[in-house]
This record gives sequence, structure tokens and C-alpha cells, in this order.
Amino acid sequence: MSTLSVSLGDSAIMLRRNFKHTVRNPATVFQAVLFPVVMMFMFVYVFGDAFNVGGKYVDYAVPGLIVMALSYGMGPTATAVNDDMTKGIINRFRTMDVSHGAVLTGHVVATTVRGLIADAVIVGVGFAMGFRSDATALDWLGVVGLSLLLGFAASWLTVAMGLAAKSPESAGMGTVPLIMLPFLSSAFVPASKMGPGIRQFAEYQPFTPIIETLRGLLSGGHVATGTAIQGLAWCIGLALVGYLWAVSTFRKRA
Amino acid sequence: MIAAQGLQKTYGDKIVLDGVDFDVEAGSVFSMLGPNGAGKTTTVNILTTLTKADAGGARVGGHDVVTATREVRKVIGVTGQFAAVDELLTGRENLRMMADLKRIRSAEKVVAGLLERFDLVESADKMASTYSGGMRRKLDLAMTLVGNPQIIFLDEPTTGLDPRSRRTMWDIVRELVAEGTTIFLTTQYLEEADQLADRIAVLDQGRIVAQGTPLELKRQIPGTHVRLRFADARTLDTAAGFLPESTRDDQELTLRVPSDGGSRSLRALLDRLDEHAVNAEEFSVHTPDLDDVFFALTGRANPSSSTSTTTSTTTTEAIAR
Repeated sequence: MSTLSVSLGDSAIMLRRNFKHTVRNPATVFQAVLFPVVMMFMFVYVFGDAFNVGGKYVDYAVPGLIVMALSYGMGPTATAVNDDMTKGIINRFRTMDVSHGAVLTGHVVATTVRGLIADAVIVGVGFAMGFRSDATALDWLGVVGLSLLLGFAASWLTVAMGLAAKSPESAGMGTVPLIMLPFLSSAFVPASKMGPGIRQFAEYQPFTPIIETLRGLLSGGHVATGTAIQGLAWCIGLALVGYLWAVSTFRKRA
Repeated sequence: MIAAQGLQKTYGDKIVLDGVDFDVEAGSVFSMLGPNGAGKTTTVNILTTLTKADAGGARVGGHDVVTATREVRKVIGVTGQFAAVDELLTGRENLRMMADLKRIRSAEKVVAGLLERFDLVESADKMASTYSGGMRRKLDLAMTLVGNPQIIFLDEPTTGLDPRSRRTMWDIVRELVAEGTTIFLTTQYLEEADQLADRIAVLDQGRIVAQGTPLELKRQIPGTHVRLRFADARTLDTAAGFLPESTRDDQELTLRVPSDGGSRSLRALLDRLDEHAVNAEEFSVHTPDLDDVFFALTGRANPSSSTSTTTSTTTTEAIAR
């Protein structure tokens, strides 16, 4: 067997393991899938009417919730990665000639897929709540692609945090900024309506251009090229940082 | 099968291993005995390719642990200090995962065989998080045995287990040896090393302070004895007079009388005390434990045993009986 097929095989075994984890851990399913839906109900039915976003609030909120669902899915991954590290599972694999990084790849792919499922649920529930989109098939493809990229980037970042953290608890805490960032972005309220300071923060933080790009795509393709490039650049940058951080921490600590 | 020369390892300014040498013959059990922090786990980590030594070298199964890492990993099985089982997978799935990672063709058969052997059939399809400590250890060891590694490392396999699970572990180790597996075992328990090992190395602060067969080591440590404590120095003097084989401690007002711990010899000793109308305030049978070994070999108390009392209880089986 070639090295590539061995490492693909190992990654597939790890991925299967991570999928089983997700399905068997109700807390993970709740946090990654149900909680974003709960947030959606809160924002659309409770707060939504108080915000003036120039249009139906659910149409405004869905892109933000797509991003939020991705970031909520990160907490369980950070804890799981740290568990593997501190409970000796990773050491067990390392004494076994399992290809390097298969454990990490398994976590990243499983988290990304879980995030996309959460997004599908969000969009589905959104439709049930009255969300309507003029997006073409190509626009939808863009939405899926960007969500995939963001999920992938955030997953690597989270895996790195999970590896670097001293305990599962602090690993879980590490993803809190990732969960908070959507609130301080244009996810639920346009940045232009925020107070000074916060507004600038919201305009320049990674999630805003990503959300605006998604919003543009979902409203039928009115995306500013600059915003889209910014969004993509953030995703690629975060993925790269997360990947390098994860790999170097893995080498150092494992 | 395993050979280590001059292993050294420092973490920060703490010297963990300070020149450790040993050889383990194929098909034998080698036990590294020592308290917490002696360097046992570090030694295991170096031999199992998890850590690199700062100096010195080691070969496992004829392969260098640094330059031939993959070859080493192919012939070893490792059970670490904490049961490394996947709690959200069932016992069967844990074993299956190991079999898949080792690309074993008849995985199902191998898994079924191990479940049977380790008496885990009934709980095979329950999540490992529901397992007791003993079951987890068994599953952990079963996972290590997937693919029949020639050399097995067991890092404190029975720490924290109840006596019955401990016996089960011992039986499994004996079976493995009978099949020709080479075993490197670390332990804090003298009794365990005595029961299982062909050779024992006593590790203390990163150095091997004694090495040999259990019999050779036993000659170096005090045997089972009776400890008598007296109310005052005068009684101690009297008793020491008619018990010439004893060793006295004037500060503690105690006498240490060699004994086999059996009821007959204990009665004889009590009779002798009666004959001289001497009353001992305290009478305890003392069997040697790791503390004694340490004291005998290093001349100081076991640094990690602050919680254990100096008088070990009679439940500990005697090594030097």
C-alpha cells in the first residue's frame, strides 16, 4: 500500500470513530444542531420585530445563523480533541504506526460535515419560518462552498485549541470567542446600527464579510466582489493558521 | 529483545532518567519497580517511541527506537498507565478500530476471540464509558493484543484495581508469557513484580539501584518480621536479652524479630514473652513492601509513600516468606 492510501485509510477509520461520537453524545448534537435552531427561534420570533433591517427579519437572519451554527459546533470538537490528547488515545495511536494526523483529519472532517448538517437544518427550519431566497443554483453552490470553507477553517483552529489546552474544560472555553464573534458581527443587526467602537470592530472582524457574502448570495447574487474576496481571504487565512498551529502543537505535545 | 544503554532524560532542570541500562530476554517478563516519579513511565515512553532520550539508546525487537520507529511500532503493543479506551465506542468497536488500523483481514474473528478471552462478551456492545475500572483495563489490554505483538509494554497495569481484577490481570500476563510474548512491566507493587517477573530492576530517582531475579533481590531486603513495641526502655532491655536474634530501636522502643509470620511461630514468640512476664504494648506482623525495599537499597524512605504507614498490614503477601 502506498503512504497516501494508508493515511487515507487511517483517516477514514478515525472519521468513522468521530461520527459515532457525534451521534452518541446528546450534548454534542444539542450544542451543534439544536442550539442554533433555538437561537433562530429567539431572534426571529422574540427580537426580530424590534430590529429594523429593511425587509423580512428571517431573510436577514438566516445567513448569520448559518455562520453561528458552524461556530457553535466547535465547542464539542475542542473538548473531544483535548480528551483524546489527555486520556492517552493519541499516544495509543502513536505507538501503533497510525499515519500522523489521521486523528486530527478525522476530527476536522467530522466537525465540518456536522457543521454543514447543522446549516442544512437551519436553512430548512428557516424556510418553514418564512425565509425566501432568490438565489440561483449557482448562488446556492456558493453558499455551500463558503460554509464548507469556513467550517473547515474553524475546525482546524478548534483542533489546534483542543490540542494546546491543558484540560477539556479550558479547551471548551477556548472556543467561546468563536461563538461570541457572530454576535458582534452583522449576523443579527447591521453593523451600521451599532455604537461607535463596536461598529468598527464588527466591520473589520472575519465573520462580517463572510456573512455579507452569504447574505448577498442568498438574496440572489448581489455580492460586492471586495466583500467576497475579504470573506474568502479570512477563511483561507484562518484555515492556514489553524492547520499550522495544530500540526506544530501535535508534534510538540504528542 | 529489549536493550537500553545509558538512557538519560531531563525535563527542564529535573533529571528524570540518569543513565539507565538493562536487557530483556525474548519471552521473559522484565519488571521495573519503583515509586511515582522514579522514571518508569519515561522509560516506557522512550522504548515505545513516544519520547526521545537526551542521551543513550535503546533497541526494541532488534530495531533502534529513534532511527527505526516504524519497525519498532510494528512489533510492540502498549498499555499505558491510564486505560486509553474510547469511551463513546463499545468494547467491540474499540477492538474493531484497532484491528482496522492494523489492517487485519479476519478482524471480526480476532475481535470475537479477544472478547471471549477477556470475558467481555456480555458487555461487548455497551459503550466503554459504562465499564468498571477493571473492565476498562481488560479492554485496554485486549486492544493492545490485537495483531499479536511480540513485545508488550504494560505501564502500571494494575494500579487502582481491586484485588480480584488484579489477579485476572496477572493470569492474563502469565498466559501471554506462556505464548512466548516478551513483557516489559512497570509497577509500584513489590508483590506484583515478584509474582510475574523473571527479572526486576528497582528504579529510584532515575537510576537503577538494584537489578536481578526476584530471589536475588529478596536476599537484599529484610524478610517478614514481628515488631514489638514496649512501654519503656527497661522492658525493651529485658526482651532484647532473651530475643538475641532481634534488632532493637531505642528511640522507638521497638524490637524487630525475624519470623515467617505463621501462627505457630507467632505463638512460640508470644509464649517466650509470657515466660519472661514481658508485655509488649504493640505486636504487629510486618511484611516487606516497596518501602522496605527502598529503605534497604537506598538507605532512605520511599519518597512517594508519605501516605502509607511504616507498619505494613498483614494482607500484603510477603515476598520473602
